[in-house]
Amino acid sequence: MTKSELIERIVERQNQLSVKDVELAIKTMLDHMAQTLAVGERIEIRGFGSFSLHYRSARLGRNPKTGESVDLSGKFVPHFKPGKELRESVNASIDD
Amino acid sequence: MALTKAELAERLYEELGLNKREAKEMVEMFFEEIRESLVHNEQVKLSGFGNFDLRDKRQRPGRNPKTGEEIPISARRVVTFRPGQKLKVKVEIYAGTDPE
Repeated sequence: MTKSELIERIVERQNQLSVKDVELAIKTMLDHMAQTLAVGERIEIRGFGSFSLHYRSARLGRNPKTGESVDLSGKFVPHFKPGKELRESVNASIDD
Repeated sequence: MALTKAELAERLYEELGLNKREAKEMVEMFFEEIRESLVHNEQVKLSGFGNFDLRDKRQRPGRNPKTGEEIPISARRVVTFRPGQKLKVKVEIYAGTDPE
């Protein structure tokens, strides 16, 4: 499912908001979530899961083309941990 | 202070002028549609943000860490999240300190 398919599915599920409204709402939510992580805060969605940052320490990398070694500084990467409800419902679907 | 569904809804109310009920329903539908897609073994791709993928894991040997007893970890389907390039770049430049 892509973002535009997600928009379509939500539009079909209700009868108050137009495609434009739903599109803008989803953009607003995703921006809000990205912005939250960008300032180092967590996202906690009950039943769905939580997003947080994980630290990757500095390491010596290598340019695969030249073989030259490069200093890579430490950085943060987004991490998602599925919530219990999501984990269990997805796992239950393995038997289908 | 973590971002919650209530705060996401509040922003939709303030910025887009959805009424409170519509805003709350929108947030619920958003996560519910993603969950349903994943439950139907369908990957979710939110460009700019990231992809939710599914992986089927085979049964593997495990151990009860307390008793040392061997118990197999059953085959399972799990959700993984791969952040998109835009989100990665946004987060990488976060000037916070090592949380450890």
